[in-house]
Amino acid sequence: MPKLIKGVGCPYCGSSCDDIEVLVSDDETKILEVHNACIIGTNLFHHANDPTRPRLPRRRQPDGSMKEIPYDEAIDYMAKTMLAAKKPLVYGFGSTNCEGMSAVARIAEKSGAVLDNCATICHGPSFLAIFDNGYPSCTLGEAKNRADVVVFWGCNPMHAHPRHTSRYSIFPRGYFTQKGQMQRTVLCVDPRETDTAKLADHHLMLDQGHDYELFDAFRTVLRGFEIPDVVAGIPKETIKKSVEIMKNAKFCMIFFGMGCTHTDGRNHNIDAAISLTRDLNTHTKASIMAMRGHYNIAGPGQVWAWQFGFPYCIDLSKGTHAHMNPGETSSVDLAMRDEVDCFVNVGADAGAHFPIQPVQHLKKHPFITVDPNFNMASEISDLHIPVRIAGVDEPGVVYRMDNVPIQFRAVIKGLPGVPSDEELFNKVYERMCELTKTEPIWLAAKEDRRYPESEAVI
Amino acid sequence: MASGEMIVKGGFIIDPTRKIDGDVGDVAIKDGKIVDKVSSSAKVIDAKGKIVMAGAVDVHSHVAGPKVNAGRLMRPEDKFISGVFRSGMAQKNGYRMESGFSIPSVFKTGYDYARMGYTFVMEAAMPPLLAPHTHEEIHDTPIIDEAALPVFANNWFVMEYLRKGEVENTASYIAWLLKATKGYGVKLVNPGGTAAWAWGLNCLSLNDPVPYFEITPAEIIKGLIEANEYLGLPHSVHLHQNNLGNPGNYPDTIAALKIAEGFKARNKFGREQVMHSTHLQFHSYGGEGWKDFCSKAKEVMDYVNKQKNITIDLGCVTLDETTTMTADGPFEHHLHSLNHLKWTNVDVEMETAAGIVPYIYDKNVTPNAVQWATGLELALFAKDMNRTFITTDHPNAGPFTRYPRVIKWLMSKKAREATIATMKNSDKMIGLTNIHTMDRELTLFEIAQMTRSGPAKCLGLGNVYGGLAPGMNADVGIFDLNYKNLPSDAEKIETAFQRAACFIKGGEVIVRDGEVVSHGHKKTVWVKVKMPENPQVTRDVSQAFTQGTYTVDIRNYPVREYLAPHQSVIDVNVEA
Amino acid sequence: MNMAKIHLNMITQRSIEEGAAMEQGKTNPNYFIACTVCEMNPEDMKKAGIWKNTNVKVTSECGTVIVKAIEPTQYCPPGLAHIRQGVWANQVVPPRTQSTGTPQYSGFPVTIESAPSERIKTALELVQGAVGLWQGGKI
Repeated sequence: MPKLIKGVGCPYCGSSCDDIEVLVSDDETKILEVHNACIIGTNLFHHANDPTRPRLPRRRQPDGSMKEIPYDEAIDYMAKTMLAAKKPLVYGFGSTNCEGMSAVARIAEKSGAVLDNCATICHGPSFLAIFDNGYPSCTLGEAKNRADVVVFWGCNPMHAHPRHTSRYSIFPRGYFTQKGQMQRTVLCVDPRETDTAKLADHHLMLDQGHDYELFDAFRTVLRGFEIPDVVAGIPKETIKKSVEIMKNAKFCMIFFGMGCTHTDGRNHNIDAAISLTRDLNTHTKASIMAMRGHYNIAGPGQVWAWQFGFPYCIDLSKGTHAHMNPGETSSVDLAMRDEVDCFVNVGADAGAHFPIQPVQHLKKHPFITVDPNFNMASEISDLHIPVRIAGVDEPGVVYRMDNVPIQFRAVIKGLPGVPSDEELFNKVYERMCELTKTEPIWLAAKEDRRYPESEAVI
Repeated sequence: MASGEMIVKGGFIIDPTRKIDGDVGDVAIKDGKIVDKVSSSAKVIDAKGKIVMAGAVDVHSHVAGPKVNAGRLMRPEDKFISGVFRSGMAQKNGYRMESGFSIPSVFKTGYDYARMGYTFVMEAAMPPLLAPHTHEEIHDTPIIDEAALPVFANNWFVMEYLRKGEVENTASYIAWLLKATKGYGVKLVNPGGTAAWAWGLNCLSLNDPVPYFEITPAEIIKGLIEANEYLGLPHSVHLHQNNLGNPGNYPDTIAALKIAEGFKARNKFGREQVMHSTHLQFHSYGGEGWKDFCSKAKEVMDYVNKQKNITIDLGCVTLDETTTMTADGPFEHHLHSLNHLKWTNVDVEMETAAGIVPYIYDKNVTPNAVQWATGLELALFAKDMNRTFITTDHPNAGPFTRYPRVIKWLMSKKAREATIATMKNSDKMIGLTNIHTMDRELTLFEIAQMTRSGPAKCLGLGNVYGGLAPGMNADVGIFDLNYKNLPSDAEKIETAFQRAACFIKGGEVIVRDGEVVSHGHKKTVWVKVKMPENPQVTRDVSQAFTQGTYTVDIRNYPVREYLAPHQSVIDVNVEA
Repeated sequence: MNMAKIHLNMITQRSIEEGAAMEQGKTNPNYFIACTVCEMNPEDMKKAGIWKNTNVKVTSECGTVIVKAIEPTQYCPPGLAHIRQGVWANQVVPPRTQSTGTPQYSGFPVTIESAPSERIKTALELVQGAVGLWQGGKI
């Protein structure tokens, strides 16, 4: 009899929906049906059934081909390669649980690596703005229960976070927003008329790359000063009307995305957005939130902040203390300056998602990919180590875009012999300790580790 | 817990639980516990010429969880003042890397507490929805035993039940939530005010109605005391009062303390108070504004001294650059409007909020100097040191690593005067406070009460922590101070308490000569209430999830077992 | 013969088609279909003599890529072009980060010209080719 598992978390986007229902085969090895998820999440779960999923590490041969090798050999290679490198770069973690992120920190510290995550090419600028200006935010339930004005600035949830608008931001009927969409005024600021813009009551189609000016104009109007007739392509009257809407809200929620962080101004755009939110709080209640891309990309920011004090771009090569300076210690910049001599790509695909030049630079040195699936990075790697898929055949804690920790479950049994990220990194760590003749430092996390084995089916 | 025998020999023992004050003696240890005696083959630790105390207990500190981490994340600059603690303690030497000053990393938190001889730390505010985060940090923190207090006073369920006067339902809900979050007790932060903050408002007085919920802070406090005593929990309600930090707030403070009048502690854990009022320094101010902002420590302590069923902790300002963080969301917004530094806020659906603002306590700014004096005065006016505990509300009034400095100020008038002498506006400060006229110098025995026996008893943990009686945990600190001949230079007191000569936890040597030598065996302590199921509460809770007021699934809400390794569970049985 | 070129402002962002295909695998044909398109305003196509649904060559300060020009699936004003995030977009994304670590994924100048007879390379060919590992598709 197939089993229906409810309350399953979806390991795709930052919405981290945990209302998914998955029907699995009697022997818990196949996913048969996926309910409630968006098309992307559905595909993700079904892809786990792919019979060609790698089950063994593969090592590149002198002729350029890949050959399967045992896990022990892969672990030995990874440990030795990272230890031999002067400054390895460990990047990724778009698709890993926090247990894996915590475990990888041990080997990064041990080998004096730079530890970075996908935020470095996504919301890294948002972190920079938070460093300067703070982050007046809330959990998504607050937006759902209270927000009567919702602003999407440089983000397009209809494509990037398909269920965001129905679960949290536009449509849902919350405690103080019983009429759902009818009770909300939606503003969208985007240079294209995106599918999110089409849903909005007001679309401000600004000139691409002029976000800072427009944020500034909003602040200027809010503070009662005059602005030019047109700012960033938006007429003064439209700006004034928009500010009025936000100011008169009971609860104004601002979501922002890559449209702000990927373009000119970067962190300065977010800085202005945060300042606008703060200014609004002198008139009403306002909150702001980064539309984090992956289901647990807030995770490494959390785990590494409590371990090292920094969310990303963490240079541990000094041995005595962690050092963070994006621009200097960020993956793409390190790659372009040829400052790293070993690259470990974990639960992400630098091969596809970095601009191609840094990939070419990184490829001058040993290149290792840890990922459940084949991807572009794995196909140019010297070593590809497959692991279980967090949220599918491996449970664990993930942090939703609003930093709410959600304890994901596994819905099917893992492929025999394939370790989780955490197990793999722990073995690499043990090997590193053997090689350096040092004692491992586990702390309570490993000492009395009870793997949540029987949590798969409720 | 280490097996085997050990004996700490020849030190000056200071143990208020047995009224021992400086007698030279031995502490025998076997299998992680203190025992009457051990065999001659026991490992000897020489404590001659040094003082010996139980492992210290911190009743209130923000060390693990979402707002602490938001503080770490937003303040890279805090890492640059790691100062003397930025050591070569990297992995090659057998340690994890340390970082941070006012909001240290989890590794540094564990190491620094151990260096000061602390064995137990209470995380002072855990947002229930985010409890898995708090536990993830706790299990990554080495050495120290920890517990966490979930926040209740702005929780929708609690406000709904108490508005209708339903104490039993409130109690059942508390029992459920403690279990779901692996929490320790009932924390109240700005009752009602934080709920109001969700709409950008606040409750400054005890009688301000909470918007929508039609209940007042006074009613929330009273109802939660009743529910807490109904359950007979190890700890009392732990109250962060309304109107924190504002000039002239002391009458509100006394009014809130008065709510405890007439209640008697009901529990099997040796606790006597029904209310713990935390970081009282922030609540003991007079004046109309910042110009005449002054200390009302005397007035507040005059009341506290009379009321046996109240305990307090100080929340001493240490004159550092630090990071304020609290579930008192509206306060942090207000503070940000005063100092205009960066501001982080996290409103948590149905439950609570938090705010974070960096703050520089500048000894040359008169209100800051007054705050410094107020915190110390509370202790110097206190009559019962077993009800008065040393804290800095870490990191709000200063980092916990400054406890030794607070001890120095409390033990030495000369040290206090030396600090006053460096203040630009010392005359003004002296006119607004009592400290300059106070000659009292606390004794080591009183310090041990304030950091060991007192807080352990207040938390209902007096049977295992805070003393050196046989049967208690073998948590022993040895400090390089000669009881018979205390140094005339008070700086040496600070140095001695900063780095224990030796610290033993669970019968295992953790610190030697001020440096960590073992990662020990930490525990997560929580309270499990066993009581008959309350169908109404079960239905109310599950509806909040199924009707989508919460945005997570109820199945993913309770903290899973594996996130809290090494649990030490305290059972509380409530009869039907 | 058409020698016209047009200078446009390029952005590369997510789309649901890209996301859905990526989760089927980056060597899945759907990923190729989703990510090898350049959305541009019909006016701009006209100016450059580009027929919709034909291949174009996109050149930035740091590279070129062949993709197919299509009319916007989400309205794109004249002057702006969009290639969905992914392997093809990243052949032309400048790695400059303004000292933030984040490359210029959006808002960089490109020239676009008609290239009807050019072939769109596969993801693997582009990435393996860039690092000297392309052997005609054998893994």
